[in-house]
Amino acid sequence: MSNILEANDISVQFGGLLAVNNVNFNIPKKSIVSLIGPNGAGKTTFFNVLTGLYKPSAGNIVYDGRDITDLAPHKIAEIGIARTFQNIRLFGLMTAQENLLVAMHSHLKSGITATILRTSKQRKEEREAEERAQEILDFAGVGKWTYEFARNLSYGDQRRLEVARALALNPKVLLLDEPTAGMNPQESQIFIDFVRKLIAERDVSVMLIEHDMKVVMSVSQRVTVLDQGEKIAEGSPDEIKSNPRVIEAYLGKPKGSK
Amino acid sequence: MAKTIAPNNVAKSNRKWITGYSIIGLLLFITYQFLLPWEGLPLGIYDAIYRWMPPSAINESLVYIIMALGLNIVVGYAGLLDLGYVAFWAIGGYCAGWFMSEFFYFLNINFLGSVPAEAPGIHINFWMVLLIGGFVCAVFGILIGAPTLRLKSDYLALVTLGFGEIIPQVFFNGENFFGYNISNGTKGIVGVDSIPVGVKNLGPFDFGWKLLIFLLLTAVMVFISLRLRRGRLGRAWLAIREDELAASMMGVPLMRTKLSAYAVGAFAGGLGGVAFATHVNGVYAERFNFTISIFLLAMVVLGGMGNVWGVILGAFILSWVNGNGLTAFGQLYNEQFGTEIDFASFTFLLFGLVLIFMMLFKREGLLPESRLKLMLHEDELDQIDASSKSGDK
Repeated sequence: MSNILEANDISVQFGGLLAVNNVNFNIPKKSIVSLIGPNGAGKTTFFNVLTGLYKPSAGNIVYDGRDITDLAPHKIAEIGIARTFQNIRLFGLMTAQENLLVAMHSHLKSGITATILRTSKQRKEEREAEERAQEILDFAGVGKWTYEFARNLSYGDQRRLEVARALALNPKVLLLDEPTAGMNPQESQIFIDFVRKLIAERDVSVMLIEHDMKVVMSVSQRVTVLDQGEKIAEGSPDEIKSNPRVIEAYLGKPKGSK
Repeated sequence: MAKTIAPNNVAKSNRKWITGYSIIGLLLFITYQFLLPWEGLPLGIYDAIYRWMPPSAINESLVYIIMALGLNIVVGYAGLLDLGYVAFWAIGGYCAGWFMSEFFYFLNINFLGSVPAEAPGIHINFWMVLLIGGFVCAVFGILIGAPTLRLKSDYLALVTLGFGEIIPQVFFNGENFFGYNISNGTKGIVGVDSIPVGVKNLGPFDFGWKLLIFLLLTAVMVFISLRLRRGRLGRAWLAIREDELAASMMGVPLMRTKLSAYAVGAFAGGLGGVAFATHVNGVYAERFNFTISIFLLAMVVLGGMGNVWGVILGAFILSWVNGNGLTAFGQLYNEQFGTEIDFASFTFLLFGLVLIFMMLFKREGLLPESRLKLMLHEDELDQIDASSKSGDK
């Protein structure tokens, strides 16, 4: 099977509001796919369904051949779906290193007793985790901020640290929610290069929610468009650019047409 | 405002505090065990010590410190507000009452106890009862936590409040608990076994030696707190305190992590309960009331949430003022000015004022954790940031 994640017929209902309506979505292995759409189209809701924060009212999600629809959020994170947030949600008063170590929580084994006694096994585990954290921080380009509180980092570095934290989960699927929001064009470009490097060097697929069309069109292999909870188009960036329904969703209907 | 936490050497920093702690502990022990009974001690000094810091008061302070350290794990580390901590103290106390006295006179169980083998009742070795009390409390912590920890903070506080009322009430009316006497009700369980330390058994009046034992228990709690704080679990607690949702999205199981904070905190409550029972030589239901929960919380907040040294300082100050300090001060004042003011009755007025002023001027506590200080003074720091940046340009 070439898809790492498959979401089948997902619907999410909040009271009378159908936030996501019967959406099929899959992420092929080692690919970058994007989800775009106007504000309120249900993109972040869809993300929240994939990460287990909301349970879909209908449909199921299969990850790596396993149904994860009913798994708890921390389990989904543990088996390899990591995410970042639209508004950065780092642990501000923890150092960059600690932020990553928290993400490694589910992969570390030491229990209460081992931690209190500082057994040699626990010490070894901590040392290895710290080394791995440093490796990921270096990879994400924030290696010099290891012992800095996350909140003290610049905006761009916080974005990168959030991706680094997600990578510390050792994910196969990485969900990025508007990663370049608030970045200037140069910073966005650095970020695009970083995501490309990520795909090239690691066994990971990236799903992107993004408003910056330049970023979306330059980096994605496939683009899906949501509007009012429904999937209205899917295809390569070029196809999407010329799709009349997409243009309509973003710009409205041309004057005089019905 | 770049504040960096350097990767300090764990072993070295541990050695540092253990040395300092041992020196202070040893000085206290020498003072109370040898200096105080010494006949050559000038009467003035003897009187001063007895007035300001009698042996029983310092031991009681240590019991409060042990429990405040436990509460600190729940409130300071994991950020869960617990208003019913006194329940664990009570359960620990009754564990001592049940397993170290003649309360169950119809039984005859003796396991390395400090009384003759034929004595009626259950007599288990003090050190084991400590562990039993701790673990029983931990189990209760989990039982209470499992259904309630899903609640958001305010609701959790209310449920713990209820729990803190129910447990002491059960003991208070425990003379007939479904037909069984579990607590002797208001009469309490009088007389618990002395503490065996190999060469001798420590009765209720061996203050000096008991001081040493309580100091040891406190050190164990400090040690546990510091070690856990730096480990995998401590990081997860902190992450939950910072941002629960993000923590769960990063693979931290919220329930289990919160429950473990509850269990470790309750364990300390159990230690405190057993220690207190040996200190007052009995278990008395009316001691375990709601004010104690608030009192302990005030200790943690006054000292500085999340920092063990701050919590120790806060617990020591408050328990001292409550137990002895204010009375001693009142005595001095009345002698000096010929008045007859009952200072001890103003204790809670004083605490109220202290907390109000704390919240106004030093919200982070006396010895704050560096992170918390940053969080609570965010606005001011931002101003400093802004002014220093504009100064650069």
